[in-house]
Amino acid sequence: MPNSSLTKKHGSDRPESSGSVLKSQRSKLVQSSGKRLKDFEVSVPIVYGNVAFWLGRKASEYQSHEWTVYVRGATNEDLGVVIKRAVFQLHSSFNNPTRVVESPPFELSEAGWGEFEIVITLYFHSDVCDKPLNLYHHLKLYPEDESCTMSTKKPVVVESYDEIVFPEPSDAFVARVQNHPVVNVPRLPAGLNLPSPVQVEDVEKRKRGDTKDSPLTQWFTNFSEADELLKLAAARQQVQAHIAKLRRQLTLIDGQPQQSKPTPE
Amino acid sequence: MDAKDILGLPKNAIPIAQEKKSRPPKEPQRKPDGISREVYMLTGGVAPLMPSIDASQLKKRPPSDEKVTWQWLPFTNSARKDNLQLYHWVRVVNGVPPTGDYPFAKYNKSVDVVKYTDEEYEKHLTDPKWTKEETDLLFDLCQRFDLRFVVIADRFPSPRTVEELKDRYYSVSRAILIARAPFPTDVAGHPLAKEPYNAQQETERKRALSMVLSQTKQQERKDAEVLAEAKRIQESRMLAKRDTKMPKKGHYDGAEEQELPSASDAGTENADRTALPSDAISPSTAAPNAAADNATIPASLRMLRVYLRTYALEQMVQAASSSAGLRTINRIEQTLQDLGVNLKPKVPTKAVCAEHLELRREILTLLNLQKQLQYKEAEGSSLRDGSYADPPGTPKHSYHAGDQDRPFVPEPLSFGGDRVGKRDQKRKANALPPLYLCFEFSCRWSCYEQQHFLISVVLFQGPGRLSEAPSSPATKRARKQKADG
Repeated sequence: MPNSSLTKKHGSDRPESSGSVLKSQRSKLVQSSGKRLKDFEVSVPIVYGNVAFWLGRKASEYQSHEWTVYVRGATNEDLGVVIKRAVFQLHSSFNNPTRVVESPPFELSEAGWGEFEIVITLYFHSDVCDKPLNLYHHLKLYPEDESCTMSTKKPVVVESYDEIVFPEPSDAFVARVQNHPVVNVPRLPAGLNLPSPVQVEDVEKRKRGDTKDSPLTQWFTNFSEADELLKLAAARQQVQAHIAKLRRQLTLIDGQPQQSKPTPE
Repeated sequence: MDAKDILGLPKNAIPIAQEKKSRPPKEPQRKPDGISREVYMLTGGVAPLMPSIDASQLKKRPPSDEKVTWQWLPFTNSARKDNLQLYHWVRVVNGVPPTGDYPFAKYNKSVDVVKYTDEEYEKHLTDPKWTKEETDLLFDLCQRFDLRFVVIADRFPSPRTVEELKDRYYSVSRAILIARAPFPTDVAGHPLAKEPYNAQQETERKRALSMVLSQTKQQERKDAEVLAEAKRIQESRMLAKRDTKMPKKGHYDGAEEQELPSASDAGTENADRTALPSDAISPSTAAPNAAADNATIPASLRMLRVYLRTYALEQMVQAASSSAGLRTINRIEQTLQDLGVNLKPKVPTKAVCAEHLELRREILTLLNLQKQLQYKEAEGSSLRDGSYADPPGTPKHSYHAGDQDRPFVPEPLSFGGDRVGKRDQKRKANALPPLYLCFEFSCRWSCYEQQHFLISVVLFQGPGRLSEAPSSPATKRARKQKADG
């Protein structure tokens, strides 16, 4: 019997989940959140990085750039279904260097002059994972190549693609996000019964968390898996061809050890 | 002297104000006397490298009954065998020059390398892996280079590792020591007899060390995290065990039990790992489903509730190359670059990571085949013309290591069948010199294997590739000098 679903408000259709039962269950959930799906993983493709605009004439000594650091869905979908909160640890010279973003989109804008490493800690909803995850991003304000002059129109953009992997996720989580575009859920094993999905919180109450209409969207990098796969396939072909050639040469040498030279022709 | 002096700023009003401001509220340590403030600030409060002497000490007069002069006097050095006489300045007190040996002569230590007779060799020292000539040569080199085995290994004509050489040297010394002693108990306390050299352990130790040293900060951090997590799990399991006395119903126990095996797997795995980092995180070999070595996720990952795909890839790359040496890993990465593939995928999806791992695995196969082929070729050639004193089988000393090591150099390079033939012709044409040159070259440079690799790249990456231009020994010498300088 699955017990994992956390109903914060309402929406559970199981008869036994009255409030008191749930509360007592939740205390146990801290240790083990329901039934876990073995040999199964759910992943969330994300992109994290920063966009930095040079302020040009408005730049002062300590505030030469305005930048935004963020964690977004790889296709700009709302990460709020998985991530509850993001904490950005800024350089200690900022006021309140620990910035907490409680709702999506998980982004933070600041002004400054220096580059430094930002630690982004992601906290997940309680049915997803009780452990936080750290991302490390080196804030970039100045363009890499000297030839590229600083302009106020074109920002410096540095983004990394990655995937958050949840091995052996709880069935409640899988049920909840099964059809959500932000999450990669592989085909479920046959005969698996998921509990009916339960909303973490009211959808209507939340503001939109996706980054599709963000003013920064035009600067976002496009990450193409297909390109990467093609490149790898080409490389593998080359290596395999070479392996085959070497094998031929080896057999030739083995075949005529007393001969003067092995000439594979 | 101060920056303000240089700038010609007034010394009073402003600097004082600045000094006051820049001084931290509470000074952690007082600046020692005798160091100027500016110099002390540069050290950032860290203890200075040079001992500071109080200036007043320097001005102290020597005792008045001593009359100190410095004189240019000849001296002999007992460490020299040629009785060369040199001069130096000597502190002479009251007209009496210091007597005794040259003070630095005592630093000329030499090693007592045992000498064995032919008879002793026959009786105690024969070894199927070593010939008498080789052993003689080894002991000769040991004497010459004072047991600097890295240098000896470089000079040694046949491909022996440092550990093999040490092993032979120490086992021979030990055998002689024991054989010459009238009673075995006489030498029982001798370090050579007490602690025999363990070549296998040494090799293992070096491999583990290079593994640890080549870890990145991030990996270390992750390791620490994983260990902390393992500890936490262990603690919670202890708690759970204590709690089982109080029966709990339903899923709770079940879930705990389900988690136990994997957690304990990972826990022991991690313990192993810290003890022997080179073995990384090979998935538990006992598990029958861990057959597809690369595809399975290392146990240390499985115990994490959440991780990044890039982290998983790093771990799996490390696990896959745990058996390979640092040099091989470097070569894999070099090959990846030559192929135009990112060392770390830009879009690390599951499929991309799997492909990436496969590619690395194939490159490893490729490199192994290359090594085999080189070895076979060398074997063949030494069979053909037996005049070769040193078999060129070792890739590190090998004359043509370069073009074989990098099959995917961006510029087009033919791997036609004539390659082998050409090289053979060339080797016949200029017989020993190039080999000899390479050999000496690598000796002068390198102690470490990677450097051998670097050298071969430096030597063979040049504009005139070996496969194109038949270079004479003279041009090679020129190139060598250039690289040397």
